[in-house]
Amino acid sequence: MSALQSFRETAREWLEVNCPPSMRTPMVQDEIVWGGRQAQFKNPDSKLWLQRMAAKGWTCPTWPSDYGGGGLSVDQAMVLGQEMARIGARPALTSFGVSMLGPVLLQYGNDQQKAEHIPKIVRGEIRWCQGYSEPGSGSDLASLKTRAERQGDHYLINGSKVWTSYADKADWIFCLVRTDLDVPKHSGISFILFDMASEGITTRPIQLISGSSPFCETFFDNVRVPVSNLVGQLNDGWTIAKRLLQHERTMISGFGLADSQADRGGTTSVLASPEKAAMKYRGDREKLSDPVLRDHIARFKIDSEAFSLTSHRAVEESKQAQGPNTTSSMLKYYGCELNKRRYELLLQAIGSQSLGWEGEGFNDDELRIAREWLRSKANSIEGGTAEVQLNIVAKRVLGLPDILSLLNK
Amino acid sequence: MGLVLTQEQQLLRDAAKNFCTQHAPVSVLRHLRDSADSVGYDQALWQQMVELGWPGMAISETFGGFDFGYSGLGIVLEECGRTLLSSPLIASVLLGAAAINRLGTSAQKKELLPKIVSGELILAFAHDEGPVHRPGTIATTANRQAEHYVLEGRKCFVLDGHMAQKILVVARTSGATDELCGRSVFVIHADQSGVSVHRTQMVDSRNCANVVLKNVVVGQESQLGGAEISPQDLDLVLDTARIGLSAEMLGSALEVFERTVDYLKQREQFGVLIGSFQALQHRAAIMYSELELCRSAVLAALAALDDPQRSANDIARLASISKAKLSETAELVSNEGVQMHGGIGMTDEFDIGFFLKRARVAQQFLGDASFHRDRYATLNQF
Ligand SMILES: Cc1cc2nc3c(=O)[nH]c(=O)nc-3n(C[C@H](O)[C@H](O)[C@H](O)COP(=O)(O)OP(=O)(O)OC[C@H]3O[C@@H](n4cnc5c(N)ncnc54)[C@H](O)[C@@H]3O)c2cc1C
Repeated sequence: MSALQSFRETAREWLEVNCPPSMRTPMVQDEIVWGGRQAQFKNPDSKLWLQRMAAKGWTCPTWPSDYGGGGLSVDQAMVLGQEMARIGARPALTSFGVSMLGPVLLQYGNDQQKAEHIPKIVRGEIRWCQGYSEPGSGSDLASLKTRAERQGDHYLINGSKVWTSYADKADWIFCLVRTDLDVPKHSGISFILFDMASEGITTRPIQLISGSSPFCETFFDNVRVPVSNLVGQLNDGWTIAKRLLQHERTMISGFGLADSQADRGGTTSVLASPEKAAMKYRGDREKLSDPVLRDHIARFKIDSEAFSLTSHRAVEESKQAQGPNTTSSMLKYYGCELNKRRYELLLQAIGSQSLGWEGEGFNDDELRIAREWLRSKANSIEGGTAEVQLNIVAKRVLGLPDILSLLNK
Repeated sequence: MGLVLTQEQQLLRDAAKNFCTQHAPVSVLRHLRDSADSVGYDQALWQQMVELGWPGMAISETFGGFDFGYSGLGIVLEECGRTLLSSPLIASVLLGAAAINRLGTSAQKKELLPKIVSGELILAFAHDEGPVHRPGTIATTANRQAEHYVLEGRKCFVLDGHMAQKILVVARTSGATDELCGRSVFVIHADQSGVSVHRTQMVDSRNCANVVLKNVVVGQESQLGGAEISPQDLDLVLDTARIGLSAEMLGSALEVFERTVDYLKQREQFGVLIGSFQALQHRAAIMYSELELCRSAVLAALAALDDPQRSANDIARLASISKAKLSETAELVSNEGVQMHGGIGMTDEFDIGFFLKRARVAQQFLGDASFHRDRYATLNQF
C-alpha cells in the first residue's frame, strides 16, 4: 500500500470516529464557524468538531506542525479533502485567517509574528478582518490613503476603510496603510496587523441587498500600533498585499465548485442543483420538459465540470510552482461567473417560488435561494472585480500592453 | 488523474511539435488545396508519421503497436491540430483502429491492426447518413442471405472515404431505422462491386466522401466481432474518436488564439498597439479562460480512455463535455481570430481562414455542441 493510501485509511478512520453526525449534514448559514474571542456555537457539535480538527492541525492541513498546523503534503491535504467530502463533512472552521492571512504570514512574517498568530488561527481563537478597500480606493487599491506615521516605537494610524467584512465581529485586522507619501503609489504601502479592541477604532455595519449586513465602514482615529506589528519590510506591503489577494481569489473561485461538490456528496438539498430543482418544480420525471432551460443547464454543468477539473489541475501544477500563481485570477473570474449563472438558473428553475423575501408561502430553502442569489452578485466584485481579473490575465498571462501605464504616461 | 503531463509525455509532445512545425506547417495544407491533390494528404509525410510510430500509439504491442495510450495519441493530435496537418490519423487510426480494437474478434485484430500500424492499410469509417450527426438513426441495411450479408444504403461525411482501401460500414442487421439495438459494423473493400465513392470538396480542404452501397455482398467474416454491436460498445468507439478529435481541435484553437494575441502585440492603430485596447484585452482573457477549461476537459477525457477502471458512462460524459466545450470554444476563438486581425484576417493569403474552416468541419463531425449538451443532459438524467 502506498504511503498516500495508508494516509487515506488513517484519515478515513479518524473522521469516522471524530466527525459528529450533525457535522455530516449540509452547512447552514447560521452554523458556519468563524471562531474568535466572541465565537458562538449555535450547534454544540460545531465546537467539538472544531476542537478535534484543530488538535490535529487539520483546520490548516498543510501548515507546519511547529505552529500547530497539520504538516501535511499537498497530496495528503487533497486526500483529506476527498475523505471529508465523502462523508459530507462540514468545514470545521471558516476564516480569513485561514484562507488569507495565514499563508502570507507564513511566507513573510518573522518568527515572533508566526509564533504569536498562526496557532491562534489554526485553533480559531482569533477572528481576522481585511482592511484593504477605502472609499476612494477600490479597484485602484494602491491609491489608498489611510496613513501610518511613526512615533517612537509606535505607528499612529488615521483614516478609514470600507466594505470591511465582519469588522464589527473581528478581533484583529490585517491592514494596508500608507507609510510614504513621496514615492509612486505602490512603493509607499505597508502591511500591518492590529487588535480591533485598540483605542480609536469604530465600525459601522452596512446592509447588503440580500438583507444581511456582514460588512462595515471602519474608522481609525489616532490608533496606536506597535512597530513590531509591521509584516515584512517597511514600504514593501504591496508585494504582500498582492500575494494575499492571490490566496483570496483562489478561495473565492471555489464558489464555482459548489455545484459539482453538491453532486458528488449528494447530501445537499434538491435546490442545490438547477436540474433537480427544475424537474421538481415542473413535476417532470425522466426529462426536463423545458428544452431551452435544459440546454442552458447542460451548458452550465459542462462548464462547471471543466472548471472543477481546471481547479484540480491548478493544484497539481502549483505543487511545482509553490502556491497559487497568476491562474488564480482566471479561476477567480470564471468561478464567480459560474456561481452567478448557477443562481440565475435556480431562479428560472424554481420560478416565482424563488422570489419570496420572507414570511408565509415559501419554505426555508426557497427563501434561502433568494438571499443567496442576491449575495452571489458580490462574487464578481469582492476580492477584485471580474474586470480587474481580466485585466490581470491580459497583462500578466498574455503579456498584453498595460493600458493604465500608457494613460498615466 | 492525468491532468499534468508526465516527463515521457512532454518529450513526446516536443518531438511532435518539432515534426509538425518543421515538416508540416499550414503551407502543406495550402499546397494540397491549391494543387487539387487527388490523395488529399502528403504521402511522404504520412510515411514519416508512420516511422515515428504515431498510428500505433494507442494500439497494444500484441498487435504491433506501442502501448502509449490515447493520452499519447492525444498529444500527437493536438500538435497536428496546431498546423492543420491533414493525414489518415483521424479516419484510419482514431476511428478505424479504435473500432477494430474495441469491436473486432482477435482474428480480425491480428489481421488488420498491424497493417494500420505499419501504414499499409488506410481505413475509413462510414457512419453518418445525413447532414446532421444522429448516431441512433441508421437506415443502411445488411441483410443476411445464406452465408453472406448484402449491404444497401448511403453514407456521407466519410473522412478519407475516397482513398481508403477498406471502409468500416455501420449497418443495420435488425430492428427499425431509429432503434439503438440491431447495428453491426462491416469491413468492406472500397473497390468491391456495388460500392461507389464520390469525393466531396469540403471547406477545410481535407478529405471527405459520399459512399453509396448497392447490393454489396460480403462474407460473414467481415462483420466486426461476428455479431451485432451493443449500443454501448458503438458509443465507446464514437466517444474515443470524439475525444481524440477534441484534442486536435484544442491544438487548432490554441494556435489561432496565440497567433491572434501575437498580432495584438504587433499591430498599431491610434498610435498604440491594438493589444492595449481593453475591449480586445478582455475578450482575449475570456478566450484564454475557456481554453484552459478545454485543456482540462481533454486531458481528463484522454486519461479516462486509458484507465480500465472508468466506466463507459464516465467516458461518455467526458467525451460529451470535451466535444461540447471544444466545439463552442473553437467557434469563439476562430471567429475572434478573424475579427481581431481585421481585413487581413479575411484574405486567403493569410492562414487564419484555414483555421476557421477546419474549426467548423471539426465542430460538426461526430456531433456539434448542441448534440453533446443534449446527450450530456440525458446521461445525467435530466
Ligand atoms: C460582499 C463584499 C465583501 C467585501 N469585503 C471586503 C473586505 O473584507 N475587505 C476589503 O478591504 N474589501 C472588501 N470588499 C471590497 C471589494 O474588494 C471592492 O468592492 C472591490 O475591490 C471593488 O472596488 P469598488 O467597490 O470601489 O468598485 P470600483 O473600483 O469603483 O469599480 C466600479 C466598476 O468599475 C470597474 N473598473 C474599475 N477599474 C477598472 C479598470 N481598470 N478596468 C475596467 N473596469 C474597471 C469595476 O470592475 C466595477 O465594475 C468587499 C466587497 C463586497 C461586495
